[in-house]
Amino acid sequence: MSRIKIVLGALLVLFAALLPRLNLSIPGVLPGPTYTPGTLQILAYAFLIAALALSYHLVFGVAGLLSFGHALFFGAGAYGLAIILRRLLPAELPPGTGLLIAVLLTLALSFVVATVVGSVALRVTGITFAMVTLAFAQAMNVLVRRNTGGITGGEEGVSVTSAMVPSFLIGVRNSANLYWIALAILVVVYLGTLWIERSRIGTVAAAARENELRVRVLGLRPYTVRLFVFTAAGVLAAIAGMGMVLLQSGTTPRVTSADFTLTILVIVVLGGVGYRWGAIVGGMIYTLLDKRLSDLASSDLIASLPGVLRVPLSEPVFILGMVFVLVVMFIPGGIAGLAERIRPQTEESAHGQR
Amino acid sequence: MNTVILLLITGVGLGALYFLVASGLSLIYGLMHVLNFAHGAFLTLGGLLGWEVGRRVGDGTWAGLIVSMLVGMAVGALFAVVTELVFIRRLYNRHIEQVLVTVGLGIASVALFEGIWGTDAIITNKVPWLRGTTTVLGARIPNHIWLLISVAALVLAAIVLFLRYTRYGLIIRAGVENRTMVTALGIDVRKSFTLVFAIGGAAAGLGGVLASVYYGNVSAHQGQSMLIYAFIVTVIGGLGSLTGAAIASVLVAVLQQFANFYLGGTGDLIIVLALAGVLLVRPSGLMGRKLS
Repeated sequence: MSRIKIVLGALLVLFAALLPRLNLSIPGVLPGPTYTPGTLQILAYAFLIAALALSYHLVFGVAGLLSFGHALFFGAGAYGLAIILRRLLPAELPPGTGLLIAVLLTLALSFVVATVVGSVALRVTGITFAMVTLAFAQAMNVLVRRNTGGITGGEEGVSVTSAMVPSFLIGVRNSANLYWIALAILVVVYLGTLWIERSRIGTVAAAARENELRVRVLGLRPYTVRLFVFTAAGVLAAIAGMGMVLLQSGTTPRVTSADFTLTILVIVVLGGVGYRWGAIVGGMIYTLLDKRLSDLASSDLIASLPGVLRVPLSEPVFILGMVFVLVVMFIPGGIAGLAERIRPQTEESAHGQR
Repeated sequence: MNTVILLLITGVGLGALYFLVASGLSLIYGLMHVLNFAHGAFLTLGGLLGWEVGRRVGDGTWAGLIVSMLVGMAVGALFAVVTELVFIRRLYNRHIEQVLVTVGLGIASVALFEGIWGTDAIITNKVPWLRGTTTVLGARIPNHIWLLISVAALVLAAIVLFLRYTRYGLIIRAGVENRTMVTALGIDVRKSFTLVFAIGGAAAGLGGVLASVYYGNVSAHQGQSMLIYAFIVTVIGGLGSLTGAAIASVLVAVLQQFANFYLGGTGDLIIVLALAGVLLVRPSGLMGRKLS
């Protein structure tokens, strides 16, 4: 990576970190000035979705594995943290220590879950792999919705016990703190993704995506490499899930559903398969569009339209779904691919920087 | 004993429903290697429009029901043909993109249906006879189960006869076996793609109407929730095998019913575990050919 890119990235993170102290308004994109809790909440949500999309990029973009079960790990992080905080830890622990222990336990839990699911699912490939991962995620979804053992709260989900969380992470007044945590999670997940992609394991995983036979002939084992990437992506997704449960002080079964995985897939494809920043931009744009289109749907302008136009336009998911279909059909490579084509070919991009 | 017979027959009835969705999925995958995530939308639209037309012809009468079944088939087939011609065909041989397009279509159309018909399930009226029960060996079987089983059996027979005794059926069977060879013989295999989509869509649309009879309601989500089971059935049966889909539908549904009754509502979990188990022992499914 060139030095300019590192400096630019650091400046971007610094700018994002300063946002809660600035008074910037982008009408039509953000609901209000950047220091307001509502805007910070939406931005933090978008950061976490972007982090989740980055972790899926490792599985789909780097290793080339079409997984329909990625929501499983995000859900494991979210539910794991909430349940451990609520059930496992003694109430006498000081809030900070309790949270730290719970985070570490959840990381270990998600590592185990990802390793088990990965080691089973990776025994098959292609569409069959997609189906096995879908089956595992569906099993988790069923367990969570059934309120198994009375700990997942069924359809209502679980909330975080406020006694176990430090007070600076609770309430609307502390939105900025949660925002910084979400930003930190995005940076950590980005660096983790970058490290894995650049490592020898990441390179071998990418090679196995392009030509598995050749990798085998070279004496390397695609199974082990893929399992590592799959597990790492699962743990990173769990980190994003933990951020989400803190941000929303709870979680619902929706984050374990097949629909949620499909949303992540949509985001990664919209942003551009194979591009790290594509996953981030895709996650941000998707979240902001989703929120803005919902506001648009309830606006007077839409309400005054005849039914033929009003009904489709008042369904954000319909619009996003159709945009996705058009991107897949006409803009292969998504947003990042489009940007790459418009940009004049520099020395670096000519060498296929993906 | 009564309970066992009841569970067995209602299981076969539910299996009939699964089969109507899975048969199309399996044929489409076998011929085109497309896993069609929009298939649930065919079912939902068939069910919803079938209900809209059927209740205007005669709510809760046989005439109304038969009209809804015909409308459901026509709507499902039309939706499927449009999907194939407009979206799938342009992405010929790019399987991942084809799957992604059907994912997008599925998500978008469910949202659109929600916008039109609302998010809640709409209770439907049943023909009086279908509300009754028939006693078989001491078990009181709901009458609508017989309707499901007989319609699915008719569909199975019709598809098998079509595949075996018509020229187009021959091309489809040959295409599943070896598509390159069929193309090399100068046959335009793309026509059979559209045809397979039409058959699958019609079966799914019919399934939508029958699902409204089975559950007693129609909703914008019916198709998507049934699609996951249909996927499981298709994969267990072996992607591309019609017989496999038929056998797996019944096996999965019966297993689900028994687990729900005897193991405290764990039916969904059991079939997911069954899927994982089958795939690990036989990655190509029960009746599937060896994957290359």
